[in-house]
Amino acid sequence: MIISSLFFYLFSAIMIAAACMVISARNPVHSVLFLILAFFNASGLFILLGAEFVAMILVIVYVGAVAVLFLFVVMMLDIDFSELREGMLQYVPIGVTIGAILMIELILVGGAWVLSPETASLAAAKTPAPDQLSNTEAIGQLLYTKYVYLFQAAGMVLLVAMVGAIVLTLRHKPGVKRQVVADQVARSPKTAIEMKKVKPGQGI
Amino acid sequence: MQSAFSTNDAITALPEILLACGAMAFLMLGVFRKGDSNALITWLSVSLLVAAGIIILLAGDGRVTAFEGGFVTDGFSSFMKLLTLAGSAITIIMSIHFMRAERIERFEYPILVVLATLGMLMMISANDMISLYMGLELQSLALYVVAALNRDSVRSSEAGLKYFVLGALSSGMLLYGCSLVYGFTGATGFEQIATAVQADSDNIGLLFGLVFIIAGLAFKVSAVPFHMWTPDVYEGAPTPVTAFFAAAPKVAAMAMFIRVVVSAFEGITPDWQQILVFVSIASMVLGAFAAIGQNNIKRLLAYSSIGHMGFALVGLASGTEEGVRGVIIYLSIYLVMTLGTFACVLAMRRRGGTVEDISDLAGLARNNPMMAFILAMLMFSLAGIPPLAGFFAKFYVFLAAIHAELYPLAIIGVLASVVGAYYYVRIVKIMYFDEPEEAFEPMPGEIKLVIGLSGAFVLLFFVYPGPLVTAAGAAAKSLF
Repeated sequence: MIISSLFFYLFSAIMIAAACMVISARNPVHSVLFLILAFFNASGLFILLGAEFVAMILVIVYVGAVAVLFLFVVMMLDIDFSELREGMLQYVPIGVTIGAILMIELILVGGAWVLSPETASLAAAKTPAPDQLSNTEAIGQLLYTKYVYLFQAAGMVLLVAMVGAIVLTLRHKPGVKRQVVADQVARSPKTAIEMKKVKPGQGI
Repeated sequence: MQSAFSTNDAITALPEILLACGAMAFLMLGVFRKGDSNALITWLSVSLLVAAGIIILLAGDGRVTAFEGGFVTDGFSSFMKLLTLAGSAITIIMSIHFMRAERIERFEYPILVVLATLGMLMMISANDMISLYMGLELQSLALYVVAALNRDSVRSSEAGLKYFVLGALSSGMLLYGCSLVYGFTGATGFEQIATAVQADSDNIGLLFGLVFIIAGLAFKVSAVPFHMWTPDVYEGAPTPVTAFFAAAPKVAAMAMFIRVVVSAFEGITPDWQQILVFVSIASMVLGAFAAIGQNNIKRLLAYSSIGHMGFALVGLASGTEEGVRGVIIYLSIYLVMTLGTFACVLAMRRRGGTVEDISDLAGLARNNPMMAFILAMLMFSLAGIPPLAGFFAKFYVFLAAIHAELYPLAIIGVLASVVGAYYYVRIVKIMYFDEPEEAFEPMPGEIKLVIGLSGAFVLLFFVYPGPLVTAAGAAAKSLF
């Protein structure tokens, strides 16, 4: 028990520090690297909670795909972040005011937090019981039965995103040579090579 | 063990499944078919939408839930779905000529419209916060893409980007609200939320969540104070896309709005009522005053649509069955008027290009008296002058507001519609009394048809309003 709480404080402390560094680092590449550190610690916290599937997904999706994509974008686009930050100081008072108001409101809301009886009964009756199934299996059972509609809908959303990216960026340029695998495979020595008999001393 | 996906679920969601499979099949067809497949896919998409409409008509009006309560069909959803499908199909037909003339015709456009329509049907049928959000995202993503369809134009790309950034912000607010409501009620399904709300109605956290949800929904119907994106997006997007934005998504978003507040938050009606009263007054007033200074007809129609959403919300703000009936009638008539007006805007072409200024309509009455007459009737109808259809639309929502004893709301609404009449009548004045400009190019047959049909509807609605009012009444009844 003491070890798990020690790890909890370790992961949380590193995560908060990394999150602060994400927004304060001068070099955007460092920011992305700190973001990756924060994700790793978040997945550590999930493992402590016993949600190993979510932890792995976090590493695979956020670190493996999203953060690396960020890194590519940061490196490929020539954005001068210090220039973007120049006007920031003059917006600080407004930002702080709005943030403070939201914070106070949220504290008020949090103070009113009462668990409704429905929530308590939902939390008590976990289906399926955690000791019978690993949580990957449990998610799979729900995802493809109760939430099949939402799962398919998510698929359609991703399809639209893909079609949209193609519609907005793909350009067919004439005169671009593309690899045609079928043509390459269909080539035989007959079509590719021509044998010439060259008589000595005459040339072609 | 959870019950799996069943045949009954599939039958309930048949129109949606048909649209999804159809869109994917057409995508394959467009990619792999040799040669130009724009015309083919356009007409296939229209017939797909019509087929989905026929399935909805054939299915009964009884309340059926599917997918463990996440999806519901009833009289209300059938009516709204038919309106949405009609709006989408007509905008696809209206855009054929424009897309060809502007050289931006791509087979993906009708498919994206079909996918957006699929999202709208899912929104209308959503009976759960998660399925509502999935439908909304599907619709919005497709809309962002079609807004930026003319990718070589800076304005069109700007419209798409602006819509995307602000839309993402509003989705964030909606989700934040949903998560608060989930936290305080322990459920995402509308029925369960309604039960929890009944049990504990003065919970401040729940109200907080409700406010965020209403903010997200108000963005989607472009109601003040979440309207800022509307004029820029309407102006920047290609005109047929603007026509689409003004028609079908508004109907679907309003239907979703109605279902959320009426079925999930029925227990705290006075709370959302006061928010809606404010939103609706602000939209009507801003729509009336901000449109006065506009010179671009698409911007003017954007402010006009903000105002009209305010009028429709008057009905919802009254929170009664009669009010919802008023909203349904309003949306049906609004859809017809909007499509007709945008068909006229699409017909404004000179020397191979589009013209969008109000002054370009000058003297239209002498060049094309028929179009000028119908556009004038549409303008009078948008202003709400009897005996045209627009008058009845306003009449039913204000009647509901009076019966709900919301007198200030009704009075401000009537005053706003008087102010709004100024800029509609100004267009009529420009068409009839200003020196004629060069004539427009002859319009294609499908545009003529849309203008003619909407003109006939607007003019002759008062002769036989019974069927629409009865159908809307039945649809509203299924919600309460």
